[in-house]
Amino acid sequence: MSDNLITFANVSRFYGEVLGINNVSLSIPPGVTSLVGPNGSGKTTLMNLMTGLIRPTEGEIRVLGIAPNDPGRLCRAVGYCAQFDAFPKGLSGYQFVYSFLLMHGFEPAECGRRTLAALEMVGMMEARNRPVAAYSKGMRQRARLAQAIAHDPQVLVLDEPLNGLDPLARAEAIALFQQWGKAGKHVIVSSHILHEVDRISDQVILLSQGYVVAEGQIQSVRGEVKDQPMQILVRCSRPNQLAARLFIENHVVEAKLHTNGKEILLRTRDADGFYLLLNRIVLDSGIEVESVSPADDDVNSVYQYLIGGEGAAI
Amino acid sequence: MSLYLRQIGAVLRLEMRKTFLSRRGWWVYLLAFGPVFLTGMHWLIESARHGGRHSIGEDTLVFAGIFHFYYLRLGIFFGCVGVFSNLFRGEVLEKTLHYYYLTPLRREVLVAGKYLAGLLSATVLWVGSTAISFMLIGRHFGAAYNDYVFHGPGLGQLGSYCLVAALACAGYGAVFLMSGLFFRNPMIPAAVVMVWENINPFLPAFLKKISVIFYLKNLCPVEIPIPPPFNVMVIDADPAPFWVAVPGLLAVTLILLAYAALSARSTEIGYSE
Repeated sequence: MSDNLITFANVSRFYGEVLGINNVSLSIPPGVTSLVGPNGSGKTTLMNLMTGLIRPTEGEIRVLGIAPNDPGRLCRAVGYCAQFDAFPKGLSGYQFVYSFLLMHGFEPAECGRRTLAALEMVGMMEARNRPVAAYSKGMRQRARLAQAIAHDPQVLVLDEPLNGLDPLARAEAIALFQQWGKAGKHVIVSSHILHEVDRISDQVILLSQGYVVAEGQIQSVRGEVKDQPMQILVRCSRPNQLAARLFIENHVVEAKLHTNGKEILLRTRDADGFYLLLNRIVLDSGIEVESVSPADDDVNSVYQYLIGGEGAAI
Repeated sequence: MSLYLRQIGAVLRLEMRKTFLSRRGWWVYLLAFGPVFLTGMHWLIESARHGGRHSIGEDTLVFAGIFHFYYLRLGIFFGCVGVFSNLFRGEVLEKTLHYYYLTPLRREVLVAGKYLAGLLSATVLWVGSTAISFMLIGRHFGAAYNDYVFHGPGLGQLGSYCLVAALACAGYGAVFLMSGLFFRNPMIPAAVVMVWENINPFLPAFLKKISVIFYLKNLCPVEIPIPPPFNVMVIDADPAPFWVAVPGLLAVTLILLAYAALSARSTEIGYSE
C-alpha cells in the first residue's frame, strides 16, 4: 500500500440503519481532489472517516499509510476544516489557532510563529486579536482554515471551504488550494459550487446516495459516460456545410447552428471517430476551422448526467 | 518536558481560559459562595449586636452542619455536576469537541487534561468557599476566634474541611466526567448518584462503603448525628481510618478516570445524533 495515497478499501459506514457510504474503494493521489454530490450523498462521512472522527463499519482506510485510529500520527499529517461553524468560547482568532497548536507539542515560540504565518496566509492578521464571536461568517471560515493549516499538514481536508467567503477571499482561497496541490499535498475539497470545483480540481469523486458514482480526472470521467453523446463546439467558416457532411455519419446525433453563423454545436456518440472525420472533411472541403472544443466535459455536465439527470451510469 | 505533559498543560490552559469564571457557570459560583454570603451576614449581624448569644463551640457545630448537609450533599455535588459533566458533554453541545480530536492528543491525555482543569476550578471554588465561610462564621468573636483558629483546634478543623472539600471535588469530579461521556442529560446520573449518596446512612455496612460520602464523612472533624426520627434507621458501620479513606478515594477516582479514558478512545464525533 503506497504511503503517498489516501486509500479506502471496501469501506462502509452506517449510522444505525441509515447508510452513510457503502462499499467505497478509492485511491486518492496528491493534488486537489473534489468531492461532489448532493446533500446526504456521503461527502462529509467520507471526510470524517479519513480524519478519524468516525470509524468505518466495514473496510479499511489508510491516509499516507497511517490508520485513522492512530491520532498521534494521523493528526500531524492531516488538517481538517470541518463544516461546523462553532468555536471554543472566549478566544480571539490568534488564541484559537495558538491553543490547538500547543496540543501538537510545539514549543510556545514555534506555536506563535506558526499561528502568525497561518493567519497571514488566510488574510486574518488585522483581526487576529478580536474575539472570534465578533467575526463575520467569512472571517470565521478563514480562522478555521488557518487552524487547519497551521501545523503544515500533508493532507488538507476542507468541507465546503468556500462557504461564506466574499469573491476576493474565494479567489485567494482557490489560489491557495491550487498552490498546495501543486506542492504535492493532498487537498480534499467538498463543494456545491460546481464551476469553482472545475477550476480547482485535478480530479473529482462524484458521490450519490452513499456510493461513488465516478472518480478520476473530469475529462476521463466524461469520456466514460457512454450513454450521453459528447457535445463538441466547432467554430468554422462554413458551419452549414460542415453539418451536412457530418450527418452522413451516423455517430453524429445532433447539430445545432449558432445564430452568429460561425459556430456549430454537435452531439456525437464517438468523439474519437468525430475528430478523425472532421480532419478528413476539412482536408476535402477546405472549410477553415478556427476552434474545436468539448462543451460538456466539465463537472457541472458530468454531475447532471450522472447524478442530477435520470440516473445515467458509466 | 515530555510531550504528554506539554499536551496536558495545553488542554489545561485552554479549558481554564474557556471555563473558569465564565458566565455559563454563574449558578455554580452562586452555589459556592452562598454560604460565604450567609456566614458574612451572620458576622455582620452578630457584630452589630455587640453581645454573643452563643459560643464559639456552637458556631463551629453550625459550620459542621453547613458543611455536612450543604457543602457535601448539595453544593459540591451539584457544583461538580456542573463543572465536570460539561467537560465533554458541553463540547458536544457546542460542536467544538472535534478540534481536540483533530490534534495528535491521545484520548487519555485529553481526559487527564480536562479532568485537571475541572479539578482546579472546582477546588479553587469549593475549598476557597469553605475556608472563607469557616473564617467568617466566628469572626464576630474577634480575638477569641483568632485564638481558637490559630492557637486552638480551629486550624486543624479548617485543614480537614478543606481536605474533604478537595477530595469531594476529586471523587465526584471523576464520577461526573465519566457520566458526561456516556449520558446526554447529566441530571439523570446525578439524580441516581445523589439518591445513593443520601441513603448511605441507612444502607448495610458493606453497601455504605461503595460511596464517596462514607469516606468523606469520616474525615470531617466534627460529626453531625442524623436527627430523629431518621436516626432509628441508621445502620452503624466502622469508620474508615484516614490512611484507608484518602488513598481509597483517590484509587476509586483513578479507576473511574481510567475507565473514562478507555471510553473516550472509542468515542466518535456525531453532533447530530
